[in-house]
Amino acid sequence: MHILAFLIRRAVQAVIVMFVISLIGFSIQDNLGDPLRELVGQSVSEAERQELRDQLGLNDPFLTQYIRFLGNAVQGDLGTSYFFKRPALDVIMDKFPATFELVIGAVVIFLSLSIPAGIYCAIHRNSWITRIIMTGSIIGISVPVFLTAIFMVWLFGVELGWLPAFGRGDTVTLPWGWDTGFLTLDGLKHLILPSVTLSSIMLPLFIRLIRAEMMETMGTDYVRFARAKGLRTARVRYVHAFRNTLLPVVTVGGLMIGTLIAYTILTETVFQWPGMGFLFLEAVNRTDTPLIIAYIIVVGLIFVVVNTIVDFVYTLINPMVKLPGAKS
Amino acid sequence: MITWRSLFKRFLSDPVAIGAGIVLLLLVLMAVFAPLLAPQNPYDLMQIDIMDSELPPSWKDDGDARFLLGTDAQGRGVLSTIMYGTGISLLIGIGAVVVQAILGVTLGLIAGYKGGWIDAFLMRLADIQMSLSTLMIAIIVLAIFQAAFDANVYADYAIVMLIVIIGVAEWPKFARTVRSSVLGEKNKEYVDAARVIGLPARKVMWGHILPNTLTPVLVISTIQVAEAIMTEAALSFLGLGMPVDRPSLGSLIRSGFEFVFSGQYWITLYPALVLIALVLALNLLGDWMRDVLNPKLRRGDD
Repeated sequence: MHILAFLIRRAVQAVIVMFVISLIGFSIQDNLGDPLRELVGQSVSEAERQELRDQLGLNDPFLTQYIRFLGNAVQGDLGTSYFFKRPALDVIMDKFPATFELVIGAVVIFLSLSIPAGIYCAIHRNSWITRIIMTGSIIGISVPVFLTAIFMVWLFGVELGWLPAFGRGDTVTLPWGWDTGFLTLDGLKHLILPSVTLSSIMLPLFIRLIRAEMMETMGTDYVRFARAKGLRTARVRYVHAFRNTLLPVVTVGGLMIGTLIAYTILTETVFQWPGMGFLFLEAVNRTDTPLIIAYIIVVGLIFVVVNTIVDFVYTLINPMVKLPGAKS
Repeated sequence: MITWRSLFKRFLSDPVAIGAGIVLLLLVLMAVFAPLLAPQNPYDLMQIDIMDSELPPSWKDDGDARFLLGTDAQGRGVLSTIMYGTGISLLIGIGAVVVQAILGVTLGLIAGYKGGWIDAFLMRLADIQMSLSTLMIAIIVLAIFQAAFDANVYADYAIVMLIVIIGVAEWPKFARTVRSSVLGEKNKEYVDAARVIGLPARKVMWGHILPNTLTPVLVISTIQVAEAIMTEAALSFLGLGMPVDRPSLGSLIRSGFEFVFSGQYWITLYPALVLIALVLALNLLGDWMRDVLNPKLRRGDD
């Protein structure tokens, strides 16, 4: 029952956030560009224009127009892209797999590196390897992701010519319409540089976070008690201490989804990766309003879903947290 | 409590801090005195000649002695544009942090001192805003502005827009820091004493509590300037920040980006090195200050 109450509460919050985002999306549509000009061009007379405006409902009061916008949005209709002449949501969803696979690649890389590095730095605080990793992490934080990207393209793509630097390469279409680059050698090769770049900006942040949290848990009473009981050092470290380090890592990781999406725009721009971020920037340059709005709403939805899941997982795995609204 | 003298002493005993301090000082001086030091004025169209475009650095075979670090596609000296561009990056970085600090300190002070629903509301707002990510907010807001306004209007207001957007998006960091210091100070005797003698809440907050919460504000300010400069650079690189005719370091990197792969690396490389040096120096100084002034504050848990 408690979990149900929590879920309902979170769902209400998520709906409120999405409502605000839709309001922003609608006010952009209302104020940016003239949909009539996109439809009929310049050659139509003023009287015909007025008639068309009435037909399309562009003269209706704000609230009526907003409710219509919301009704359409809920049914997946976010308008038609001016440039592609196709439903904006379809255009975005075509690009979603590319961005998703880029993010998955980056997450796999930075988690598999930052967890061992963070644990090592917390246990061997004064070793020279720790000092190198910590110095490296502050340099890593100070290098903007688009410079890393340019450097990667220049070194591995142009000078050495080891790896392809632009685009996604060969993809395979899965039965449910998802284009994947994971299943071809060429697709995987194309994935390497962009995902390494994207992970390079998250890696230092996670190493520092895991190290700090691990150092804190290593000093707590239950870890000392486990050690005093005579448990093996490895067990104390990796089972008792590290497990509790994961909690804050999950939370912060969830909170970073917004940052990660912003970095995908930068990474995709340099590598000409055909994902949502690259599409969004093109839409901005072409003032393709329906596409801009569709991107904002899709990104808002991803953000809300991920945050709700992270909150839920956090409450499930943390024995110390009671679900809000639950009575003891 | 640490005095300025002991702080200075500790600064002198740390070679990393000294190095970072010197690099930062040199870059700031270079930016401030750019009009005097720069070989050309890149904003003055009379001094630019398109015939000079894409010259390599002066030590290369085809180099020109007038342009130490070469020229860009419009014939502007890379050294001169870097000197002016560093100034614009610093201006936006510092301006944005001033906005953040004013907003954040005020709201943090009110939240911590008043408590109750105001506190709850402000902190919930801070949570939501922090999780949205500054860069994401800035990209969307600037994209809308760019689509809504004419390119010339946009170029005129770009500096103000960047300062305001990065400033407003990051207030929660200052607000949270100040709020937690206020909570620690609020129940101390000197605050009670000030209240008992009948001072209004406004005076107690600003005159008595605020001075005792400024150390952590100083610590995060340095790192915040570094982050604001990075954010501005990213926005300009995407073409959503400073226009090409009044370039920051980010827009310089953008304007050279397409030439990197055809061999004219210098248009991008030198602004990039200056940007990294600037941000790294600020980050190292911020880290050092945090370790010295407030060992409890950690990066990454925000």
